[in-house]
Amino acid sequence: MNPIYLDNIAGTKPDARVVEAVMPYLTEKYGNPAAHFYPLGRESYSALNQARKQVADLIAAEKTESIIFTSNGTESNNIAIKGVMALSGHKKHIVISEIEHYSIQNPVLKLTNYGYTFTKLSVDKNGRISPESVANAIKDDTALVAIAHANSEIGVIQDIEAIGRICKEKGVHFHIDAVASCGFIDIDVKKMNASTLTIAAQNFYGIRGAAALYIAPEVKLASLFDGGFQEKGIRSGSENVPAIVGLGKACEIAKNEMAEYAAKLIKLRNKLIKGLKEQYNFLHITGDIENRLPYHVSFWVEYIEGESLLMWYAQKGVYCASGSACSSNILAEDEDDLQASHVLTAVGVPTDICAGSITMSLSKYIEEEDIDYVLKISPEIIDKLCAMSPAFDPSKINK
Amino acid sequence: MAAGPYSDTVMDHFTNPRNMGEIDDANGVGEVGNPSCGDVMKLYLKVNSDGVIENSTFKTFGCGAAIASSSMTTEMLKGAKVEDALKLTNQAIVDALGGLPPAKIHCSVMAEEAVEAALKDYYTKQGKDASIVDSMKAELKKDAE
Repeated sequence: MNPIYLDNIAGTKPDARVVEAVMPYLTEKYGNPAAHFYPLGRESYSALNQARKQVADLIAAEKTESIIFTSNGTESNNIAIKGVMALSGHKKHIVISEIEHYSIQNPVLKLTNYGYTFTKLSVDKNGRISPESVANAIKDDTALVAIAHANSEIGVIQDIEAIGRICKEKGVHFHIDAVASCGFIDIDVKKMNASTLTIAAQNFYGIRGAAALYIAPEVKLASLFDGGFQEKGIRSGSENVPAIVGLGKACEIAKNEMAEYAAKLIKLRNKLIKGLKEQYNFLHITGDIENRLPYHVSFWVEYIEGESLLMWYAQKGVYCASGSACSSNILAEDEDDLQASHVLTAVGVPTDICAGSITMSLSKYIEEEDIDYVLKISPEIIDKLCAMSPAFDPSKINK
Repeated sequence: MAAGPYSDTVMDHFTNPRNMGEIDDANGVGEVGNPSCGDVMKLYLKVNSDGVIENSTFKTFGCGAAIASSSMTTEMLKGAKVEDALKLTNQAIVDALGGLPPAKIHCSVMAEEAVEAALKDYYTKQGKDASIVDSMKAELKKDAE
């Protein structure tokens, strides 16, 4: 049996058309886009511009010049956060939420070493941020609000347009991390009032090594690395042309086909959520059910540890994630590096009966029979681990 | 295929745990761990009148390493004389498992603590003071040095 890959949040299988578009740039079209005086270079330069247009089209950016290319989502988020704050003058305050990805949370934490301050907004039990709380958190010296459009661990989608309106009214830079959402739900940088916005190719059928940062025309960013003039000097260093071509192609495919595959994903997602919930009353779905990424299923089971679930699913050929991929740091040198997910804690999952959740992120390659298989093996796994758990109360079995 | 974070022995004990369950007439039961950090290990011993551990089983709420450590511990205890059970160090469990990732060594420590807790329960039931286990442990440590 082929494995069923449900860890798409960690990276999707590239679309065959993306691979096809990328290949010539790995073989015969190898010129550096900064070399304008011979065709090989100009060809790469044109490819970058074509990709810039494809990205801009997907996120409804008016100007292709508003797009710069980076290597990954973490890089885009760092450039936006540190790039804004480096030029923020006396305004030293940042607003984030308590469920942000490490690539938002950690750059902000780093900045506190240099005199910056921040407010971490709490979320409700479904992981939603109230726009009012954003308004209340913005102070006279707030320069930046940085929030993810959707959360990779619990799938919740934020009311990003409402938050964007508040930031616009208050004149605060609004950075949106759209890595988990781009390619699956509509993104319109104008409607969202995005000052900057991050997307990454590997999350929607592109290939690893290319991401983009949208920068609104009025925004000024300091560079993190100083070098040549690539990407307006904001991100110096030779561009990864093949991966960027792949990003462009992935954006084009998403623009044309997203509505269709998102509808299919929602149907499969709902079937999986419903099936899992029906099997056990002590299995809990995390994150908002209504405002949810089309491909995202996440849950935890009382008295069963997440890694054990993950390992059993892998044994049965279902590849998923426990918590966020970054927090299951099993290769760490020290047990202190194995930390409970800050996202689960934030949505009030009780730590005494929950030790880790499972995230199953679907892709357009998943079929209904795959979901049926997951639903078939889940009780086998859960029953086995329940029988093993000294904390589990058999009277709770509910099938 | 490239090796995962766990040894083949750990994977074997995780997927085919030995001696999982309870012993109805156990005369030594130890439960250790801290639910807030995710792991609970419960160890059951049946010691016969000759002082031999006739049977040992476990129930564990924990990760792959915790389950494999529990399973291996019960295997190593079975047939041992009760006074030798304390010689089972966490390092011996790690070695028997073919190693554990550094971040998971604490699972083997928990297994060693579960043995201690079960023995305290056993000696208490034999009408002795549970602290005898601490003295025996201290003695073993001195010998080792």
